[in-house]
Amino acid sequence: MTVVKLLAPTGMVGTGFSEQTFQRALDLDPDVIGCDAGSTDPGPYYLGSAQSLPSPEAAGRDLRLMLRGAVDRGIPLLVGSAGTGGADAGVDWTAALVRGIARQEGLRFEMATVYSEVDPGTLAGLARAGRLRGLHDAPELSEDAIARLVRVVGQIGPEPFIGAMEHGAQVVIAGRSSDASMFTAVPVMRGLAGGPAWHAAKILECGAGSVDQRLHPDCMFAWVEDERFRVEPPNPEMSCSPASVTSHFLYENADPFLLREPPGVLDTSGCRYEQDGRGVVVTGSRFLPADEYTIRLEGVEPAGYRRVCLGGIRDPLVLAQLPHFLEDATRSSQKKIQESLGLAPDRYRMNVRVYGANAVMPVQEPVPDQVGHEVGVLLDVVADTPEVSQAAITVAWHTFLHHPIPEWTGLISNLAFPCSPPDIDVGLTYRFAVNHVAVAEPTELCRTQYETVDG
Amino acid sequence: MELHELTRLIRSKNAGPFMLTFDIIFADPEGYERVTAAGVVSPGRISALYGVPQDKVAVYFCEAAQAIKISFPRPVTSGDPDDPDVFGCQQHAPLVHLAV
Repeated sequence: MTVVKLLAPTGMVGTGFSEQTFQRALDLDPDVIGCDAGSTDPGPYYLGSAQSLPSPEAAGRDLRLMLRGAVDRGIPLLVGSAGTGGADAGVDWTAALVRGIARQEGLRFEMATVYSEVDPGTLAGLARAGRLRGLHDAPELSEDAIARLVRVVGQIGPEPFIGAMEHGAQVVIAGRSSDASMFTAVPVMRGLAGGPAWHAAKILECGAGSVDQRLHPDCMFAWVEDERFRVEPPNPEMSCSPASVTSHFLYENADPFLLREPPGVLDTSGCRYEQDGRGVVVTGSRFLPADEYTIRLEGVEPAGYRRVCLGGIRDPLVLAQLPHFLEDATRSSQKKIQESLGLAPDRYRMNVRVYGANAVMPVQEPVPDQVGHEVGVLLDVVADTPEVSQAAITVAWHTFLHHPIPEWTGLISNLAFPCSPPDIDVGLTYRFAVNHVAVAEPTELCRTQYETVDG
Repeated sequence: MELHELTRLIRSKNAGPFMLTFDIIFADPEGYERVTAAGVVSPGRISALYGVPQDKVAVYFCEAAQAIKISFPRPVTSGDPDDPDVFGCQQHAPLVHLAV
């Protein structure tokens, strides 16, 4: 009976894991080490800028352990969504770290780099051919909308990883990937393409996320068979339970039972979960192949240049009239920006966020007026150029700072700034502008390169 | 009685940049049964609390996990200039003190 053993060192490259746990996991004789290296969670900046969220030191530390583990044992290492956004530059950044580690450690292996960015011409072609499907009422991607996009990636499934391994690669560094792909690749190669493989993969991609009490980011291990799978954290101080596994499956999934992956749908609605030592055995996972193979697209467009300014208000008399004070100061700022800079309010976007009142839920806050003894006011200006956003926010914070209230006579100053300069340059910001899948062949939208890494 | 008194976890998070999902995970089957039977968590209730159209709200009852899940499209996409919560992780607050 085929059993495929999967090891996830952690939930995201760079978040760390215990070296001791990892060595214990390697002693369980995994068939593959897989790791997710990206996410859209922290917002569009990472795809837009192609910058990595973890530092090279943090990512390098994790990669070094994974690489040595894989090469020592002669098993594949599959990393997906490299560099956080999964951009081509993220793949190159990660591959460069890997080559550096190989040099330092004297490691030799075959490596594949899989690029999953989709260029505008290809995207436009898919649109014209009617091969784009909008998700959740997403508007159709017009030619103008496509032209505005800075970067688009297509989440690859397991097939590009499989192709790379069949070509001889032991280490695969891929761009944006569907989370389960790094963990279904080897099972699928070995004939396990059903529910248990996909379900185990979805649990593993979070590392130790599905344990009862996660003390720190750490490893997760799975044994996958045709009709069932077992998950258990290699760290003896952690454990999974039916409750922890089922409730973790809710995490970040809109539907608790049905998960769409590139080749089809994972259905966990009929699953049974049984405690087995520190692990859990799961039966009843089903995978329903879809009529069309679809690749989920993520894309960003520029959203302007942004500057923010944080100031605390502690004066009780200002706080007693806060909504009026802020509205008045906003109007005064707009007037001054118009007079001094010649900029009408439609030339920039100014948001006044009030921490302590309704910053977290600006529209739906049930108690926006229940203000305590202190609030934090975040002035947030976005404009088409860095010069306009800087000029506008400078006038704005200066205006808010000295905005008068009737109770005080003389020049007052209302904002306690934590730093100098008071305003902070956030830089070019981005907006997610693609909520579509492409109907495509599994390797149609990605490109793979091969090399021998000889440390 | 308030919802949080019957739960071991109430949270919100993005399910991708365009969707918000909430998990209400009960401490025991009795709490789950009680709240489910009472119809306290319904698309109408959520629509009123969050200002989203009722037909866009999906409520799932997950017996195996002893949990109720709520999902709806984010009114503002994650990371948009007006977005108050990039991770979508602090939007569950009104549910904590929900009367049951």
